[in-house]
Amino acid sequence: MEITSNHSIDKQASSIGENSFPGQIHDTPGGGVVLSKLDDIINWARSNSLWPLTFATSCCGIEMMSVAAAKYDFSRFGFEVARASPRQADVIIIAGTIVNKMAPVLKRLYDQMADPKYVIAMGACAISGGPFFYNTYSVVKGADHVIPVDVYVAGCPPRPEALLHALISLQDKIKSGQTREQIQVSKPVAGGDILHQL
Amino acid sequence: MVEEIASTADGNIILNLGPQHPATHGVLHLVITINGETIQKVEPHLGYIHRSIEKMCESLTYRQFIYVTSRMDYLSSHINNHACALCVEKGLQIEIPSRSQVIRVLMDELTRIASHELWWGAMAMDLGAFTPFFHAFREREAINDIMEETCGARLTMNYMVPGGVMQDIHPNFQRRVKEFITLFKSKVSEYNELVTGNIIFQNRMKGVGNLSAADAISFGCTGPTARGSGVSCDIRKLYPYEIYEKLDFEEILESDGDSFARYMVRVREMSQSISIIEQLIDNIPEGDFQAKTKAVLKLPKGEFYQRVETARGDFGVYIVSEGGTTPYRIKYRSPGFSNLSALDHMARGSKLGDLVAMMGTLDLVIPDIDR
Repeated sequence: MEITSNHSIDKQASSIGENSFPGQIHDTPGGGVVLSKLDDIINWARSNSLWPLTFATSCCGIEMMSVAAAKYDFSRFGFEVARASPRQADVIIIAGTIVNKMAPVLKRLYDQMADPKYVIAMGACAISGGPFFYNTYSVVKGADHVIPVDVYVAGCPPRPEALLHALISLQDKIKSGQTREQIQVSKPVAGGDILHQL
Repeated sequence: MVEEIASTADGNIILNLGPQHPATHGVLHLVITINGETIQKVEPHLGYIHRSIEKMCESLTYRQFIYVTSRMDYLSSHINNHACALCVEKGLQIEIPSRSQVIRVLMDELTRIASHELWWGAMAMDLGAFTPFFHAFREREAINDIMEETCGARLTMNYMVPGGVMQDIHPNFQRRVKEFITLFKSKVSEYNELVTGNIIFQNRMKGVGNLSAADAISFGCTGPTARGSGVSCDIRKLYPYEIYEKLDFEEILESDGDSFARYMVRVREMSQSISIIEQLIDNIPEGDFQAKTKAVLKLPKGEFYQRVETARGDFGVYIVSEGGTTPYRIKYRSPGFSNLSALDHMARGSKLGDLVAMMGTLDLVIPDIDR
């Protein structure tokens, strides 16, 4: 069987393109009026320029590099600006096993990222310890023991298409206001982001 | 915990590189002592991806433990699996069919090319050139497609099993490998035009990170790192396994011992691997792809060692058996660990900016070092 293109992803990508702008445009003489919610526009803008942190501990990092390369190319979805510094990144893709010695580093990287921040657990190791679940003394059994995770991608390592699907799922989640952070701040918090209180 | 930036009494500055740094190719942590811009000492800190693989293998059977080795040096996963399969076969004293031997060597050499391609792209990226990365991955994806068809996986294949290979090659295998050879040959000159001949690249690589032949031996360096210093250490030539002794290929040696020499060894090795594949692709013998083995493998009491040449150097598997279905102790000799130990020696006295170029030419895979 020849695998030529990523039909489902292309389809999904085109559907995102169609309903891209959240709001209604009303034609009026001499121009138009756009009606929308500020939250929706902010979510729409955020979801389309998510900058990933180049955080790869093991094998999944190579598949992440494949996704960055020309054949799969995550820049189609606004992810191409991979940052090496957590202070400039929006999403951390945990690509690989997290071991006890690395766990505090991961926590620190997450803390250093500016809000809003999102986390994708890529591969079996980041989800649950994966192949290293049994009989090891040093592996953290899932990155969600250390930092909260928004999207999980299964696989060891996941195919590039699977990671692309996870990235698109994260975008959908942000657009619909369903990420962990968005649900949390919908309740008024002291000192919370002013935009969310509008 | 080491302080982020600290200064010592004699005016030296201690600088931490990693574990989160794009140039360390993973989670290596280097504590660098610098005086101005000159490196005084480089101290690698390991263990950020120590997954206790050796301990884990003690509770897995001889069929099961091979899959974990794909996750060590994931860029030469076939070759790691190969070493383990050979070591178990040595213990069981079984001969494997010639068809599976040829398939194994073909897969090894394809893996070697894929690994060197990735290294080449990442190496150029370390020095600030982003385009070569795309060029390298274009050809690498062609190899991944071939692997996927036959082994069912792109990266962690687990294709080699004790007794042969897991399943027969895909009917398209030979055609697609030949297509890849044509593709690669048309592109390899592009590599040299794009990077090798570039004057900026050469200035950053030549005379940097010198490693003499004597030092390479004393640090236990193997693979392209040692061959860049003129040390003949290709396991395929020195201790041939499978059908390597019948094949006509050249061990690439460069005498300069600097970063550029190590670079040239890897670039030239890709063409040698292509020549090996060309010799074999039309001559895959008919027959079984797997020898008949018992359902439960038991190695006789004793110690077994097998070394192979991965894309990074001499990889060894040492099994101590007590006669049971699981190994009593397993030790892996990974090439990256020894190669990394030479970094301190190479880097002393050179500038901080050159450290990344040196590290790139060592071709480190951190899970291979930490295991």
